[in-house]
Formats: sequence, structure tokens, C-alpha cells
Amino acid sequence: MLEIKNLHARIAEDDTEILRGLDLAVKPGEVAAIMGPNGSGKSTLAYILAGKQDYEITKGSIIYNGQNLLEMDTHERAAAGLFLAFQYPLEIPGVPTMTFLRTAINSQRKQRGEDELMTPDFLRFVKEKAAALKIDMAMLKRPLNVGFSGGEKKRAEILQMALLEPKLCVLDETDSGLDIDALKVVSEGVNALRSPDRSVIVITHYQRLLDYIVPDSVHVLSKGRIIKSGDKSLALELENKGYTDIIEDAA
Amino acid sequence: MNIQTTRPRTEAETGFLALFDRLDLPGDNKVKTARSEAIAALAIHGLPTRRVEAWHYTDLRTMMHKALEPASRPDKAQAEIAIGNRNWLDDFFMLPIVNGHYIPELVDEIPEELIISALCDGESAFIDGSLDADNAINILNTAFATDGLSMIVDEDCSPDLTIGIAHVYSEDQPAMTATRNNIVVCDGASARFSERFVGPDNIEYHSNAVTNLWLGLNSKARWVICQEEGDQATHLGQLNVTLGEGAELDIYVINTGSKLVRCEINVIVAGEGSHLNIRGVNLVGDKSHVDVTTVLKHNVANTTSSQIFRNVSTEQGTGVFQGQIQVAQIAQKTDAAMACNTLLLSDECSFSAKPELEIFADDVLCAHGATIADLDENHLFYLMARGIPERDARNLLVKAFLEEVLEDLDDEALSDILIHRIDRWLDARQ
Ligand SMILES: Nc1ncnc2c1ncn2[C@@H]1O[C@H](COP(=O)(O)OP(=O)(O)OP(=O)(O)O)[C@@H](O)[C@H]1O
Ligand SMILES: [Mg+2]
Repeated sequence: MLEIKNLHARIAEDDTEILRGLDLAVKPGEVAAIMGPNGSGKSTLAYILAGKQDYEITKGSIIYNGQNLLEMDTHERAAAGLFLAFQYPLEIPGVPTMTFLRTAINSQRKQRGEDELMTPDFLRFVKEKAAALKIDMAMLKRPLNVGFSGGEKKRAEILQMALLEPKLCVLDETDSGLDIDALKVVSEGVNALRSPDRSVIVITHYQRLLDYIVPDSVHVLSKGRIIKSGDKSLALELENKGYTDIIEDAA
Repeated sequence: MNIQTTRPRTEAETGFLALFDRLDLPGDNKVKTARSEAIAALAIHGLPTRRVEAWHYTDLRTMMHKALEPASRPDKAQAEIAIGNRNWLDDFFMLPIVNGHYIPELVDEIPEELIISALCDGESAFIDGSLDADNAINILNTAFATDGLSMIVDEDCSPDLTIGIAHVYSEDQPAMTATRNNIVVCDGASARFSERFVGPDNIEYHSNAVTNLWLGLNSKARWVICQEEGDQATHLGQLNVTLGEGAELDIYVINTGSKLVRCEINVIVAGEGSHLNIRGVNLVGDKSHVDVTTVLKHNVANTTSSQIFRNVSTEQGTGVFQGQIQVAQIAQKTDAAMACNTLLLSDECSFSAKPELEIFADDVLCAHGATIADLDENHLFYLMARGIPERDARNLLVKAFLEEVLEDLDDEALSDILIHRIDRWLDARQ
């Protein structure tokens, strides 16, 4: 599904190197958790996967389903099934949420050579997915994310994911800002999408989310590199001991 | 102050004077006198340059290259073809003005609540307004107006009726049109007007339109200006309004056409308790120059006004917004707000915004703000990360920015049309 090799990336503006030789492979159907201290480069990795322009790749490669991801435009990556749930979803005044959802779905379908979704089908689809995530349709009448609470924004991200049915989901701290009930609802939403041909990368600081979305692999990111990988027990170990030992061992 | 007279005349200035001598324009003696005074004012002042303060950003003397012959009056069949399906909403009561001439033969039965006559029918009171150096639009219009509408809307007029005024240019050669409308909305009446300007691309025609609008006691009106002239046109428009006591007026203006636009809105807020709303969208692309200038005079106490303009400048477009608010000493409790927000989408475009407050009363609220920004790259990324191609994502954001001023328009059919105009303009870029 995804193979990242020796990835080096820096901020285009000021040449600060953030990723320093990152390796990561995610198989179809795999749920991979990425953990790591603040500022270690987790969101940077997520943004680079999605195609944000602020970073410059100086070395390494990313192969996604046999394609060179770095050569694809942001919207092409999305149409090819890559989805990033943002750590901080943006508020976009003036763009009605429903217009946005329909445009996104149909843009992707068009790029894939599929028929556009007609309005009644689209509405039915949104209603069904929103209900599963306990999202009030009234919220979707508002401009995109505008005035949504922190938790509502995260839920809206998962709704988008459910509607766009991606192949590779990257969840950047989707658990932060969610109350306990919402965490369950959102996790169920993610689990409902789990399938043998869909992979998920879960970026999180907390074991709590991984109790609900049980990972197949856990990776520790520190200073721009994966310094340790393991199974779900690695996350429990981190929860108990913190990062210090692992980082020292790797050094 | 004799500088102007020593300045050599431009081709356009000379042309206008010669044209006036040659033409025999309609009107009784009073009108003829007014026309002579106007042309005399033009001879003295010439067309305004940057040195005339109100024209600081739009040097009309340099930008208006020629004086054009008046366009000719079409016969009924020609007018019918020109109007074609330019009737933009079926339920409008449409008054066609083709090539500067009102075509009564194409008007459906006139509702009883309206009294309509053509200006050239000998109505003499139609020529007024100042002939000062900064009032070039009125000077040219007074001298050269060929026709227009006089309209009185009485209090029985249905508020659901929209009176459309369709200005259509249909000549295949450059010519000039100049029209003048005088409209009175009687005490207690309500009326909706939609004025639309259309014409062919690639023809450097001149369109000049002055409307004087009086709103009576407790009357209510909406005035929409949709300026979508051909891409090489020069459009000089002036809307002069007097608001009576308790009157409410909403003005919507959208500029999507022309190479050179000067759109003036002058409002005298003359009656206590009256309220004025202006919402504007200016789309400035190609090498066009669009200047919207508003002058509001709050002359009495307890009145409110609110203006919001949203502008998009791109390619080599230059845009201008000048908003002047004058509050007289007795006009206490005036509440006047003005906002002008602009998106600049290219390196070569520009936009100048100049708010100007002249406040002589002490107990007033006057807020004004102007912002200029580019599209937010992070917003763009968010949309693209959901699979929306860059161009579509940009257009979505531009529309979002513009539609915020149309939100107040409580009329879905009309707002759909205006949004369609925005779409069309966006689609025509690159
Ligand atoms: N566009 C940018 N401009 C400047 N610095 C940046 C930029 N993007 C990332 N950084 C820096 O790169 C480092 C990695 O940031 P990143 O957001 O990837 O960390 P993170 O692992 O997601 O942290 P957190 O757990 O706090 O979310 C940080 O030091 C951050 O300040
Ligand atoms: Mg982060």
C-alpha cells in the first residue's frame, strides 16, 4: 500500500530539516499507529503524504500502490484514495459544507472516470453516514467547519472520510478534543472502514484511542526518524514508561 | 483657475464639442438650454483628470479616447432581435432600452400602478444635476441624452413586481448611448427595480446612464444594477438617490463587464428614520479598470446606512472603490458603516480603496474598514486534499468570498442569476 524509504524533508522556507531518513511500510489492510514526542515530525509526515507545498523533499521516496506519490498533485492523491484527517481542520467561511462535500465527492469520481453522484443519491448518502457518526444535519448546513466545536470538527473529518471511502486513511490526532462518547463513535466510524484493501495510519499520543482502534503495528517517530517499531504492546510500553528510554536506546 | 482652458483639448473633448454642434437632440427649449449649459461646462472643464479629486484614480481624460456618434434608434423588429432572450427573468416587467432608446412597442401592458413615459416625449424637467468639473457623467449625459424613462410608482404597486430596465447595445460598430431615467416611488409605495446593461464583446462602444430616484415617505425599494457590458465597452453610470422620511432602500450592484467602468452612487439621506443598504460585487479582470464611487450625505438625524463591497481583481485589472460619507452637523445619531474587501489574484492586478469620512455631528457611529488579501493557501490545500483540483478550489473560495454579500438578498431567483454571472466571469478567466 505505502512504502516510504529514507525520506528526508525540510521546510521549504528556511531549510530546517524535519524528516531525517524516515522508513515506513504499511501493508493493505494494516492499521499502523505512529507515536512520538511533540515536534518529532508526525504532522509533517502526514502533510507530506497529502502533498502540502511547504516542504521540500531532499532525499528518499514514497511509493503508494505502485505509484510515485511525490509526483502526484494533492487532488490526484486524494482521488487515488489518500485521505488525511487534519489535526486542526480548517474553518472556511462562505463555503457551505454540503456544497463542499458534493464537490469533493464528484471531483474524485470525475478524476476516476466514474459517474457523478446525483443530488438525491448524494443527500441519502450523507444522511446515512452522518447518522452513524451522530452528526446533526443542521450542522452541515453551516459553512465548512465554521463555528464547529473542536470535537465537531474532528467528527466532520471522519464524516468526510466515510463519504470519500479512501484507500489509505491518515488520522492525525483525531482523538484530541473528543469527549469519551465521541471517541467511541469516531473509533467505530474508523473501524467500520477497516477492510483488507484499506489501510489506516493513526497518529496519536494516547493508548486510549488504540484501545478502540487496535493497531497491527506501532512505530515511534523521534527527530524525524522511525526509531522503533513493534506490535500493539509497544504502545502499552510507551504509555507506562514514556519516550525517554526508547529514544536513549536508539541513540 | 484657468489652467483647464489653456490645456489643449483631447480628441475626445474636441469630438464632443463638434458632435454637439452637429446634432439636433430632442427636448423643449428648457432642455435645449440645459444641454447648451452642459456642453459649455465641458468646454471649460474638459474631461476630468487625476487632478480633480473625485477622479484621482480614474483619469477619464486619458482613458476616454474618442467621442462617438449616438447609436441609432432601432425599429421594432431590430429591437426585438436585440432583446432576444436577454430577458433575464420571466416574471420581470421589462422595459427595454435598446441603443439608448426606449422601445415602448415591446412593452407588455403597463400595470396600473405605474405611470411610464419616455423622456423624449417632451418632458422638460428631466435635466438637472450639477455641471461641476467632477460631474463629467452628468455633463455628458445632459448634453447627449437621447431618451430614458420617467416613472412614477404609486402605493398600490405590488411589492412582488420587479421592474426590469434592460439596457441593450446591439450595434456592430462603436457608438454612444446616453440615457436618463427619472423615477419616483410615492409615499408608502414599494418597488423593486433591476437594471441590466448588456452588449457585444470586441466593440468599443460608450454607454452613459444616469438615474435619478426619489423615495417618498415610508416607501421601500430595491435597486439592482447588473453591469455586464461587452468586454471593450466604456460604462459611465450614475445613480442619484434622495431618501425621504422613513424610506428604506437596498442597492445591489454587480460589475462584471466593460473595459472601463465608472459607477457612481450618490445618495442624499434627506428624511429622518431612513435606511440605506448598499451591497456590491466588482469583478475586475483582463485589462479592465473598474471604479465604483459612492457619496452618501446624511443630512438629517436618526438615519442609518450600510455598505459592503467585495472585489476580485485579477490578470491586469485595476479596481477602485471610493466611499465618501458626509454627516451634517444636525445629523445626530447617524449610524453609517462601510466595508470594502478585496481579493487580489494576480501579481499584475491592483485595487485602490479610499474611504473618506466628513463628520460634523458629534453623536454618530461611523465604522469603515478596507482589507486586501490573497486567497488563503491553507484553505486551498484543505480543499485540494479532498480531491478538488486547484482551479475549482480557487473558484470555490472566490465565490465564497463574493457570495457573502449576496446572502442578504432575500430573493433566490435573483441571487441565482447574480451567482451565475459570477460563475461565468470565473469560467472566462485563463
Ligand atoms: N511550516 C512550518 N514552518 C516552521 N516550522 C515547522 C513547519 N512545519 C513543521 N515545523 C516544525 O517541525 C517540527 C515538527 O512538527 P510537526 O507538526 O510535524 O510535529 P508533530 O510530531 O506533529 O508534533 P505534535 O505532537 O505536537 O502534533 C516542529 O518543530 C515544528 O515546529
Ligand atoms: Mg502534529
